[in-house]
Amino acid sequence: MSDAMPQFTRAGFLLGVRLSLPILPGIAAFALAYGTVAVQKGLTLAEAAVMSALVYAGASQLVGLEIWTTPLTPAAAVAVVGVVAAINLRLILMGAALRPWLGGVPARQVYPALGILTDANWVIALRYRAEGGNDWAVLVGSGLVIWMVWAGAAIPGYLFGALVADPRRWGLDLMMPAFFVAMLVPLWRGPRRSLPWIVSGVVSLATAELVAGYWFIVTGAVTGSLAGAILGPRDGGDA
Amino acid sequence: MPDSVPAWLVILAMAAVTYGLRAGGYLVMGRVTLTPPVRRALEALPGAILIATVAPVALRGGGVALAALAVTAAVMALSRKDTLAVAAAVGVAALARSFGL
Repeated sequence: MSDAMPQFTRAGFLLGVRLSLPILPGIAAFALAYGTVAVQKGLTLAEAAVMSALVYAGASQLVGLEIWTTPLTPAAAVAVVGVVAAINLRLILMGAALRPWLGGVPARQVYPALGILTDANWVIALRYRAEGGNDWAVLVGSGLVIWMVWAGAAIPGYLFGALVADPRRWGLDLMMPAFFVAMLVPLWRGPRRSLPWIVSGVVSLATAELVAGYWFIVTGAVTGSLAGAILGPRDGGDA
Repeated sequence: MPDSVPAWLVILAMAAVTYGLRAGGYLVMGRVTLTPPVRRALEALPGAILIATVAPVALRGGGVALAALAVTAAVMALSRKDTLAVAAAVGVAALARSFGL
């Protein structure tokens, strides 16, 4: 990886669109499921669609709706926003991980683009970067397509959602985790460099056992990252 | 204290909080000097996030999830094609569940 100023090209944008294709069916299926839940929770079609377009964070929307009540009591409102914040805490870490790459890009370009930062386009851009790419339009192109599918599919989900009642039956619940595992393979740098992964795995599993909710992502990621900082490349094996 | 909060207000708060998290990590890291340990921490972060997200899902998902994710890793290692790897995972899970596993 060089520290050269990232490019932003049309070709990179289109590459991002193409790289996001494998996961679009999974995103669409969960957006349909979200739309169905939104009906049951008493949201209007406009509220459901605008929530997807503005929040654009699948798991947190579904869990937020889980505790949604119509009408919303002040306590429920606070709980919904709190749950959304807790589930999306990992976005802080994802944004932090982008800094070494995008630090030189003007803020007026990066901050709007961060509005469509999500797991899928983050991991797509990361893999592309790990393989030596330097065109950050990949991040924006994939993010925009995924955003369109997520926000768009919420509407048919709201109107006809009962048709896709159970994404689990089709294995679609495992699509995102599978995509993450697939992305881990090119990041593998041999057993000597895998200690942060072991630390992250052990801590996240322990957290998942002991603490309810999605804290395991944050605890595992932070300790794994710290392990990387402390253990580092030890015998000067890499620059 | 009002009895109810308008849904729109809550949706806007959800969006604002989420955008704050999206931009916050990037913003803060811009004010931290990228010393070698900080750089190493940031380089280890992506793999650590992926592992931390997936490990509990694999374990909670039981045998079907473990098998599907193992198949994904194998297909990806052999083919380097993410579409194929993800399709294999979904196929294995759908098949296993159709047999009631």
